[in-house]
Amino acid sequence: MSPLVLVFISPLIGAIVLALVGHRPNGRDINVIFSFFTFLASVFLTARIVAHGSVFALDRQFFIDSLNVFLVTLTALIGFTTSIFSRPYMRIEEERGKMTPNRMRLYFSMYQLFSFCMLLALTTNNMGILWVAMEAATLTTVLLVSVYRTPASLEAAWKYFILCGVGIAQALFGTILLYMAAQKVVGHGQNPLLWTNLNAVKFHLNPVIMSLAFVFLLVGYGTKVGLAPLHNWLPDAHAEGPTPISAVLSGLLLNVALYAVIRCKVLTDGALGNHFAGHLMIGFGLLSVLVGAFSLLRQRDIKRMFSYSSIEHMGLMTFAFGMGGPIANFAGLLHMTVHALTKSAIFYAVGHAAQKAGSQIMDQIRGLIKISPTVGWGLMMGTLAILGMPPFGVFASEFLILTSAMRQLPWATPILLLGLGVAFAAIFSRVQPMVFGETSVKRLPHPPALLPVFIHLGLALMLGLYIPTYLNTWFLQAAKIIGG
Amino acid sequence: MTTLSIQLVNLFAAFLLLLAFAMLAQRRVLTLVNLYALQGLTVVAATTVVAHMTHQEHLYYSAILTLLLKVILIPWVLHRLIKRLNVRWDIETLINIPSTMLVGIVLVVFAFNLALPISKLSTSVVPGTLGIALACILLSFMMMITRSKALPQVIGFLAMENALFFAATSATYGMPMVVELGIALDVLVGVFILGVFLFQISEQFESLDIRNLENLKEE
Repeated sequence: MSPLVLVFISPLIGAIVLALVGHRPNGRDINVIFSFFTFLASVFLTARIVAHGSVFALDRQFFIDSLNVFLVTLTALIGFTTSIFSRPYMRIEEERGKMTPNRMRLYFSMYQLFSFCMLLALTTNNMGILWVAMEAATLTTVLLVSVYRTPASLEAAWKYFILCGVGIAQALFGTILLYMAAQKVVGHGQNPLLWTNLNAVKFHLNPVIMSLAFVFLLVGYGTKVGLAPLHNWLPDAHAEGPTPISAVLSGLLLNVALYAVIRCKVLTDGALGNHFAGHLMIGFGLLSVLVGAFSLLRQRDIKRMFSYSSIEHMGLMTFAFGMGGPIANFAGLLHMTVHALTKSAIFYAVGHAAQKAGSQIMDQIRGLIKISPTVGWGLMMGTLAILGMPPFGVFASEFLILTSAMRQLPWATPILLLGLGVAFAAIFSRVQPMVFGETSVKRLPHPPALLPVFIHLGLALMLGLYIPTYLNTWFLQAAKIIGG
Repeated sequence: MTTLSIQLVNLFAAFLLLLAFAMLAQRRVLTLVNLYALQGLTVVAATTVVAHMTHQEHLYYSAILTLLLKVILIPWVLHRLIKRLNVRWDIETLINIPSTMLVGIVLVVFAFNLALPISKLSTSVVPGTLGIALACILLSFMMMITRSKALPQVIGFLAMENALFFAATSATYGMPMVVELGIALDVLVGVFILGVFLFQISEQFESLDIRNLENLKEE
């Protein structure tokens, strides 16, 4: 059986099995096992792509190239580590009465379905299926955001559903326009929605239709990326849902939505032959960096704060891809990888820290390092990493983005620096007293899962110091696909 | 023959626009659901005519799918929801219907202008309908913004999906079948999740007024 099929089968079977037995105590172990299989399958898939180059599967409906294969691996890896983190985390939540066995079953089953949707969105070659998978990803997570059934979580989930639903409806209209433009040029007997077919004829797509289509697609998928001013759902959904869900939303969903935007940008660039798409992305990106950074200053809830940091970083990536060119694209891809790793590591540490303090309000979390040095250091290292301190990988990618901005768009550099500076001041001044100082936190009934935190931070550190050759080749190839 | 079909599609398109305005101004939840079902029926009729005119077999299937889903199943679910939530006779106080309608007209003009250059390029036999579809999308969007109750917001969302379906039918003779099926599945699952949601909200707040849902803000 091909590894691609396994990548899909594993989370699907996992979802069914966990829908039946997820309420039992060993549900959390089953969740880890299925996530591990998915990860294993994705590693095999990657090995095959590295050896043989890009492949089609199932009547060209699926297409794997260097651009999506590294995202598949990243998604499966973070899906796996987050399932390890959920084991003790959700157990503690259950013992504190926030989760019931039935809710656990819903949680695990939807967790696997969410993985499935993400992987489907990444590997499909069909722009229509891409849309379906993105919408399905919202549907699987919306009940998880409201799983605690508190008024705040219901409100967050409602906002998430309605705003993302409306956003994604715009993307559907964009897809219809794309299809309309494609029908005229893609030959008979060929499916005009397949990305590879579109890519082959992109220079002949009608520019008027494509420019309007891209606006709708960017607004639609951009809502899910969390681009300002369409970001309102993001902090609420991150803050009110269970922390593992915040980690996968920030680490995976935002990346996959950005991936969808990038695929559309490649087609639009070809059709228009100018930088219209890039300029739009630069505008949205810069605005998100600023809105994200300045909103950080006003936060009291720790998960809200780090979700605004995600908005800022997604803005930075969108900006990088908007600039285009080999170096900026390379930097954007690297930033996608290290941000996903670092931000999910932070959410793991934050989750345990909030459980120890019994609150997500930052003023009530104090002196983590005294009671549990590992959580404290995990949070501190993660914060330093996300703020772009060397030698972590975020430093490398931000440095590359800034230098290419200086060369290509000098006027944007001060704006980016302002955003990064404000973010640094805001986050560091909040995290420092939480980690050091007099303690206010208690021990946890079960040992926290900190292995994922340090695996992620270790990988982010490695990417800052040294990028392995095969990864480098991948990024370069992917950067070439994006072009611009 | 073909002229008659084109006239028919245009007539249905006009009827859709009229329904979008009716929904914008309708205060009673129950009537809103019926209007939604009627809108679905109009879309089905338009799809069938386009299918007959262009001999696209898969359009017949998507017409049947739409009939089952959006004319029968979803309105039935919504009716049951209304009954169970006991909001049958709910009347919403809408602020200033005349000015809402005026803004709606501006939206229609905007949509027509936006769609004009594209309709000219369209190979479809009914190019003018793309503007109407876009107008219906924007009107449904506006309906969602102006409502303060959860159920009418949901209906606005569903009406937007109907308009998108009509856009796909009239501009491109429908998306490929596998995509249509995927979209239908998403809509169906979405409606069920919304139903669950509405119950949770009404349990938690003892009302479906989403003004209860405005507490999450920056301090």
